[in-house]
Amino acid sequence: MSEVPGELKYCQSHEWVRKEADGSLTVGISDHAQALLGDLVFVETPEVGASFAAGDACAVVESVKAASDVYAPVAGEVLAVNEDLADSPEAVNNEPYGAGWIFRLQPADAAAVDALLDAATYTAHIESEG
Amino acid sequence: MSDLKQTTLHDSHCAAGARMVEFGGWSMPVHYGSQMDEHHQVRRHAGVFDVSHMTVVDVSGAGATDYLRRLLANDVARLHDTGRALYSCMLEPGGGVIDDLIVYRLGADYRLVVNAATRDKDLAWMQQVAEDAEALVSIVERADLGMLAVQGPMARDLCLPLLPEAHRDVCAALKPFHAAECGDWFVARTGYTGEDGFEVILPAKDCPAFWQALLAAGVAPAGLGARDTLRLEAGMNLYGSDMDEETTPLESGLGWTVAWEPEDRDFIGRAALEAQKKAGVSRRMVGLVLEGRGVLRSHMSVDAGAAGTGETTSGSFSPTLGVSIALARVPAGCGDEVSVDIRGKAVPARVVKPPFVRQGKSFI
Repeated sequence: MSEVPGELKYCQSHEWVRKEADGSLTVGISDHAQALLGDLVFVETPEVGASFAAGDACAVVESVKAASDVYAPVAGEVLAVNEDLADSPEAVNNEPYGAGWIFRLQPADAAAVDALLDAATYTAHIESEG
Repeated sequence: MSDLKQTTLHDSHCAAGARMVEFGGWSMPVHYGSQMDEHHQVRRHAGVFDVSHMTVVDVSGAGATDYLRRLLANDVARLHDTGRALYSCMLEPGGGVIDDLIVYRLGADYRLVVNAATRDKDLAWMQQVAEDAEALVSIVERADLGMLAVQGPMARDLCLPLLPEAHRDVCAALKPFHAAECGDWFVARTGYTGEDGFEVILPAKDCPAFWQALLAAGVAPAGLGARDTLRLEAGMNLYGSDMDEETTPLESGLGWTVAWEPEDRDFIGRAALEAQKKAGVSRRMVGLVLEGRGVLRSHMSVDAGAAGTGETTSGSFSPTLGVSIALARVPAGCGDEVSVDIRGKAVPARVVKPPFVRQGKSFI
């Protein structure tokens, strides 16, 4: 069974979002998503300073099998990216909610994150997808 | 998933933790937890693949040899001894590849192993060619058989004690690309991973016990995912990706499988291939090693500079080499350096001659 930490928010497209104390958001892909993708071999992170609308494709995670887009959960500007993934993309598999984070976003609207899925709703969503 | 065919190992796969996917109309394991681990296991030790979805076809009768010499671009007359195996393309009259296959000689008869996804097309074509030639042949699909590929440096050592006792010495003495009939089992020293090993064709009902015995002996179950990265590293073509009815063997790196001699052997597609050869083959298959960051996939555009453009036909990350590799069809005049369009970015790649990896060693 996939791990779905209760303190995070989620997107239907399987990103997780953590609100940091400074108002920024840390974004990664869920345990469920990494398990579906299989062994990751490359992560293409966005440019720091780039701005995205909610739902824009802004990163790519590549497993041995296939490439998948990672979408901006809310509108905002990229503050930082996880440089360590260049050498250890498998961190996304091993610690999806920790060392495998992908980028940090300064949200255009601080309240936008509240509209994302909570852990219970996301759990129901992944169960409905089978 | 309900209308998918299942091999007799379906329950065994599920018990081993397989993630099952649709492949060529079959429900097949893509991996059992980690495609990477399974890949490394085959390169370093031994793994077993259920390839029972592949189609085994026995061709027999007085006209069998003449029929196969017409049907196939390679020449079964080269199979001087019983048990010898030959890789060949089956072509349409225009020279396009209908399928690639292995043919084994069994006395006066032959056994062919063709792809799963092309089964219906292949069998219909084989029947039609037999009828057109009024050949005295019997073409029998052996749906009663299953097939396991045991591959890796330890594969033969671990597999031999599990083969029918009376036939172990014969199997131990098999040379590469040879096979032996072992009662109702059939053991071939062939494979699709660039490693040593056996492909064992056996009654479907015997598959689960043989599978369990292999696992108990320390052979790792390996899925279609690892099979694909292993065969790509080994520089072997995948039907439907690296070749199809739109491409000839000469454009697919398979010119070596076309038997031009003797000149009077009129195999299907011969005239088209000769015309292409005479006019000059404008495209060729090469290997690519990505020098920049990213992962090569199929259908990426390859910029070969003044020579023109080509296309990757299959690509992936190579677990053994730690870089991305691909097979690509490029203009004949392509040089040693190209760039590949990965989602709008031009990424440099080096042109190499496949294979990339054989028997665990890097060839790049």
